[in-house]
Parts: sequence; structure tokens; C-alpha cells
Amino acid sequence: MTVGPVQTQRVVLATPDDPLDLASGRRLRHVEVAYETYGTFTGANAVFVCHALTGDAHAAGHHGDPARRGWWDNIIGPGRPLDTDRFFVVCANLLGGCQGTTGPSSIDPDTGQPYGMDFPLLSVSDLVAAHRRLLRRLDIERLHAVVGGSLGGMQALSWALEAPTEVDATVIVAASSRLSAQNIAFSAVAREAIMRDPDFQGGAYYGTGRSPQVGLAVARMMAHITYLSEAAMTAKFGRRFQDSDTPRFGFGVDFQVESYLRHQGESFLARFDALSYLYLSRALDYYDPFAEPDAPAQLARAAQAGTRALVLSFDTDWRFDTSHSLRIARRLEHAGVPTTFREIASETGHDSFLLPIPEYHAIVDAFLDAGRDRAA
Amino acid sequence: MPDGTVRPDLEIVSSLVPRGSRVLDLGCGQGDLLEYLGGQGCRGTGVEIDKEAFLASVRRGVAVLSLDLDSDLDAFADDSYDVVVLSQTLQTTRRPQHVLTQMARIAPAGIVSVPNFAFWRHRVELMLRGRMPVSAELPYPWYQTPNIHLSTLPDTEALMAEVGLIVKHRVLLDEQHRRLRRTGLASNARAAQAVYRVGRRS
Repeated sequence: MTVGPVQTQRVVLATPDDPLDLASGRRLRHVEVAYETYGTFTGANAVFVCHALTGDAHAAGHHGDPARRGWWDNIIGPGRPLDTDRFFVVCANLLGGCQGTTGPSSIDPDTGQPYGMDFPLLSVSDLVAAHRRLLRRLDIERLHAVVGGSLGGMQALSWALEAPTEVDATVIVAASSRLSAQNIAFSAVAREAIMRDPDFQGGAYYGTGRSPQVGLAVARMMAHITYLSEAAMTAKFGRRFQDSDTPRFGFGVDFQVESYLRHQGESFLARFDALSYLYLSRALDYYDPFAEPDAPAQLARAAQAGTRALVLSFDTDWRFDTSHSLRIARRLEHAGVPTTFREIASETGHDSFLLPIPEYHAIVDAFLDAGRDRAA
Repeated sequence: MPDGTVRPDLEIVSSLVPRGSRVLDLGCGQGDLLEYLGGQGCRGTGVEIDKEAFLASVRRGVAVLSLDLDSDLDAFADDSYDVVVLSQTLQTTRRPQHVLTQMARIAPAGIVSVPNFAFWRHRVELMLRGRMPVSAELPYPWYQTPNIHLSTLPDTEALMAEVGLIVKHRVLLDEQHRRLRRTGLASNARAAQAVYRVGRRS
């Protein structure tokens, strides 16, 4: 069963009288958030879904065309692990994004112009702070669970650390508590591609009729390589040619994998803003919650609050390999947080967290279900 | 289990765990012991690598980490638990000595239950039939058994002594998991299974 037609809603969550204070010390005097909900709220059944770097609020169901479904439709719906017959599922576009929530392309109330590079740097805590405001607006005091993959998993982890009494359970999939040098290197090259594009114009490209499309497409193409395993790419493309059985011996798009990457880059342009990419990828680079001075106290409070954690990784994920997930699981377990961890076998690399892998979905289902019995 | 009972050998194991302990169950299977101990006020963590058993533990609400006992136990900090349980698990590991050493590091107390290869029925099978024993305790043929490091009671106790563990208490069980009443005479032949409570040599 699937979620049917849904609508994205928008709500103002920060105003000049009630600004959002950021970890950097800067503040946002106007924050709007785009979100969707699925299922019926009954008081103790809310599950918050945090999306990854380039996701959006449209996690499940459709906006009119049943063939075009939300990005995590395979896990959200009646009878699915995030069962909308039992759970009230909320997904919001994250702060700094460009799909309905305030970000660098939004209007700065001080100037009447888009923020551009004047938008403040964001941390994962800031993304969570915006989500928490949405929770209060929806009159949800406590979440049955917060669930996320990749950057979404980082938000879930930070939520459990910063406000453990709001979170009964945390599901952290294919995430990291601290990017490695290699991870940061990939981010750096992606940002260089964007910032060195002549149309970037020092970040002041809004309203010029030009934007760093080449840079953003290259950034996306490169990132996409890190989302797939070598085996998955081999299975999908091999060394097959796009339009012929023989090589054409030139510099055009000849191999299928080249055509696929080009398509990924170009289709990304229609839905994503280059500055959002810079800001959000930078939030990942700096993320290191266990190194914060407050971390030991946060971990102790999380253990005290009785919040449970599920940490999952995939054996072919080389963007955030299992050692990243194990570090998170170890930290939580050492602190006394009831922690469940498993590396799941999968062929599909980092992208596995978006795919309906039976073992993965069975574990998430069992974990959410067990807590539900206990809460009842 | 729904009626509040556990396997007889698990009941003996749980009787050796003080109420309210922090318990690490290495090879926790489907999580029955930890679920039972949770009802006794214990805070437990399981380790289980088997896919189906892991899932069953998760479904029970048991916190369980899928780690390899032979290589991953350094994930646990020194003295981070009160009791480590190795219930019918030691004989399935590749590195029993390493696992016992890790156990002694992670908690000051341990509970180890093992099958006894010197049980009289095993001796009979080996001596009279000349075949590897297959029994209630060791139900698998030699070529597909997970029990790759079988030992007798004196063997097990010698290894414990070697890694600095002393036996504080020993319960011997027959084939029906009943306690042997007299444990002195020929106990190494009469016990099908042993449950040890061990501690560090101070």
C-alpha cells in the first residue's frame, strides 16, 4: 500500500520577535519551513524523517502524478516500516535548502534582496533547531522516532544528543559523526567546481540571469560517483557504449556511464541551487558532535532519558563506510544509550539507504515496532 | 518468552546475575536471556552476528550489536559492564582464548556455559562406535557444526586460569539440564554441560 496524494505545506517558524539563533551566533529573523505529513497524529506516534543533502519535504505519496512518488516512498506508507496506519510521519525541507525552506536564495528581510553569500554558515544543530520549532508548531511534544540516512542520520544523531527527552528512538543510517579527509576532499572539489564557474560571480548570481550551472552539474556528477559502489556501476553500465556497439574514439559522451552521469548532473540543475549545495555540504564537513565540549554531558543526558538508537551501515558504502557507523554506535554504547548496530550486505553502496533492501527494512520495522509496544 | 520462563540453562545463567547489573551477552541469540534479565532490572546489551537471531532480538526490544566476537570486542570499554555472559558460545569462536581475555577486560565478572566434550555419552560414541559424537548438546555432524572448539571441563578450566580468571562457582548439568547433585565423583564424565561464574584473579 502507498500514501496517496499529498501537499507540501509551509509555515513561518521564526519572526523578528522570535528569531532563530544559530550555533554561529548569527540569527535568522525570518524562517519558513516546507513540510509534509502522512498518517494521523494520536499523541505518541510521531516519526520525524530527516532528509539527506539534496532531498526535500516530499518523502512519500505524490503531487498529482501517481507515477512520480516522494523520495522515500518505499519505506513510508500503510504496512511499510514507517507505517502510516500507525505512525504520523513528518518530513521537512532542511534549513539552508532550496525547496520551500529558508536558505541562501531566500529574501533577506534586512535588505529585501536574496541573501546569497550573506546567508549565515549553518551547522547540523541549526538544521535540527528548525525541525524542533516545527515540532512545537505541530503540538508534538515527543517523537516516537527520528529517522534519517546520510546527512539525515546526522540530524537524527544530533537531535538525540541535543534534546533526548524529545526522542524515544533514533534511527541513524549510512551516516557519519565526523567526515574523513577523503570525504572532505570530495566535498572540496565539488565546491571548487561551483565556485570557479565564471557564472558563480562570487556568489552574487541571483537576479543576474546566470548561475554556476556547469559547476553545480560537475559537483553533482562527482558526488553521484561516491553514492554508488563499483560493483553497482559495473552491473548497471559495464563498459557498454551509449549509442553504438563499437567505440567512437572521441571526447564526446560515448560510454553509458558518461551519459548517465551527465543526465544526473543536468536534471539536478532544475531542482537545486548552487549556494544551498555549498552551505549544506559545508555543514557536513564541520560536523563533529562528539568533539564538542558539551558532548559528554549530552551523552549522559541521552542515556538518562532512555532514548534508544539504531545505527545501520551498508558493506559496499564507501562514502560513509561501516567504520563511521561503528564510531557512532560505540560512542552511544559507551555512554549507556541502548544501541543496536548492524552492517547490512548490499550491492548498491551509499545509495542503499534509499532502497528497499529487505533486511534493512525488516530491521527498521522491528526496531520501531519494539519501541511502540514498550511505549504503549 | 511470553509466560516469563526461559530455557533451563538460561535460568541457571540468569540466577547467577545480580539484579540491576549491566550485562553484556556475547552471542545473545534471539535475546531471550536479555529480555528476561530486563525484567529483573538489568540493563543489557547483546552481541549477535546471525541475521535472523539479530532481527529477533531487535523485535524483542533488546539492544544488540552485530559484531564478530573474534575480532570486534575491542569496541567495548574496560569495565563497562558488571557481567559478561558467554552462553553456549565459547566453543563456536575461532579464538576462545582471545574472547575470554576480552571478557575479563570488559567486566569484573563473567558467566560461561559450555558443553562438555568428555560427557560419558560422547566418550561411548567415540570409543565404541569410533564416530564423532552427535548428542542433545552437540546436535550437528562434524562437517557442519558451529561448535569448532570443543573442550572438556578440565580443558576449559585450564584456559580460564591461563587468562587470569578464577572459577567462583560451578554448576554441572545433565542431559535434561538438571543440576547434578553430587559433583565430585567423575563429574567430568557425568556432566553434559557446565555453567561457570568467574571473576578476575586479584
